[in-house]
Amino acid sequence: MMSIQPILEIDALSLAAKSNERLVNNVSFSLGKGESLGLVGESGSGKSLTLRAILGLLPNGVEQIGGTIKSDVSSAMVFQDPRGALDPLCTVVNQLVEVVYYRQRVSRKASRMIALELLERLGLPDSLKKKDRYPSQLSGGQCQRVVIALALACKPGILLCDEPTTALDVTVQRQIIETITNLQHELSFAMVFVTHNLAIAANLCSRLCVMKQGQIVEHGATLDILQNPSDPYTQMLIDSVLPLPELEGSRDSWN
Amino acid sequence: MELALQIKDLTVHYGGFTALDCIHLNLEQHTTLGLVGESGSGKSTLARVIAGLIAPHEGKILLGTQELKKKRSREQRKIIQMIFQNPDASLNPKHSIRQILSEPLLFHKIVGRTGVEQRCKELLNQVHLEQKALDKFPHEFSGGQRQRIAIARALSVEPNILIADEPTSALDVSVQLSVLELFNTLKAELNLTMLFISHDLGVINAISDTVAVMRQGKLVEQSPKDQFFIRPKHEYSYELLSAVPKMPKSSTSGGFL
Repeated sequence: MMSIQPILEIDALSLAAKSNERLVNNVSFSLGKGESLGLVGESGSGKSLTLRAILGLLPNGVEQIGGTIKSDVSSAMVFQDPRGALDPLCTVVNQLVEVVYYRQRVSRKASRMIALELLERLGLPDSLKKKDRYPSQLSGGQCQRVVIALALACKPGILLCDEPTTALDVTVQRQIIETITNLQHELSFAMVFVTHNLAIAANLCSRLCVMKQGQIVEHGATLDILQNPSDPYTQMLIDSVLPLPELEGSRDSWN
Repeated sequence: MELALQIKDLTVHYGGFTALDCIHLNLEQHTTLGLVGESGSGKSTLARVIAGLIAPHEGKILLGTQELKKKRSREQRKIIQMIFQNPDASLNPKHSIRQILSEPLLFHKIVGRTGVEQRCKELLNQVHLEQKALDKFPHEFSGGQRQRIAIARALSVEPNILIADEPTSALDVSVQLSVLELFNTLKAELNLTMLFISHDLGVINAISDTVAVMRQGKLVEQSPKDQFFIRPKHEYSYELLSAVPKMPKSSTSGGFL
């Protein structure tokens, strides 16, 4: 699936805090068109910082001290906490219209049309068109769909997902992941998916990078890593996935 | 088997919203009941009603043979203890660990003033923390350690029933495993009866003996663990179970017993 020319190349990226503490050290990976890459690791391992560096959204006090990020296409991000990512004082439709207006440079009227189309595509109810809704009036899953719509309104070549389902229930989580997978088939964007849930990463991504304390300790094809982990840290992560007994008559809709 | 707690016809309204709708639930002595359900299904409300933090509108709760009223005696309060989801919010940031642990000990007169120090150290030992921790403050600990302190505080008054409201959802996967192992050992050592709330079915599988499923304020199923995970009775339980993302089949399975 990987094309010869990668659309995102990160080479020896290093990030440090003002106090000279290394937060991300020598991280390199590349991403081909339409490919999905999973970044896994525990909190504080630098997953989210790496993602923010790609977007150029480093938090205050963190600086890039080395390495290069080369990308030919635009990227957009889906954040972990959907409520925090939305403006609580602006209706969700208007937030989306605004992004479409500025990023796709179409008229106000046309941007409203595009925005409503996007909302429909993400499976949000029709009532949003008729009645003004604020983020606080939507459920967590609906908010996350709006955030994904916001990211897609930028027509990104790369979708960066920062634990988009951690704050959600299992059933909603599954719907969101199905939505993301379907959209990826339709729009063929590449994806970097940050998560600490190995099972989700295994289902979504063809390649994995395992991060620990700011460094990539292992990377390669997902199945290879999960079946023959070479690093003890990867093994530890795999062991901490809690097993469930096999469900009788399971329809097994996870691939 | 003896029942530690019986809940009969419990109903709670928040304004016009019915959070709990006629809940019937029995908790057997020395077993762990796992309570699952999506957000907003009333799991936490149920836990708070049992702990006495919310007064129910209808129904009653029986602790052994005595009924728990709105006003509870000190003894009744002592018997039921609760661990909250977020240790950052449930530990007072201005109190040292010594103060946090000794306050309930003195209030419930578990030990005299002279024995407090010794008991605090024992408690820390029980949750695998160093004794040095006594003079530190909550912010000096990691999330997993803070949750251990919250567990030590709940156990300090020697409760019979422990309610854990999503105690591991704020934690990392690797830390989660060690906290769950701690729960399992403590449960066996202290003969606890536990009500364990989580929306993570893997966690429920690792810790409970029976599983109860809630949805929109109603209890839809209560089954033994083995039966629930293999042959759930209710359509909704099936939906929940099949929504859990699975690891690829041939990979090595998890290390939790």
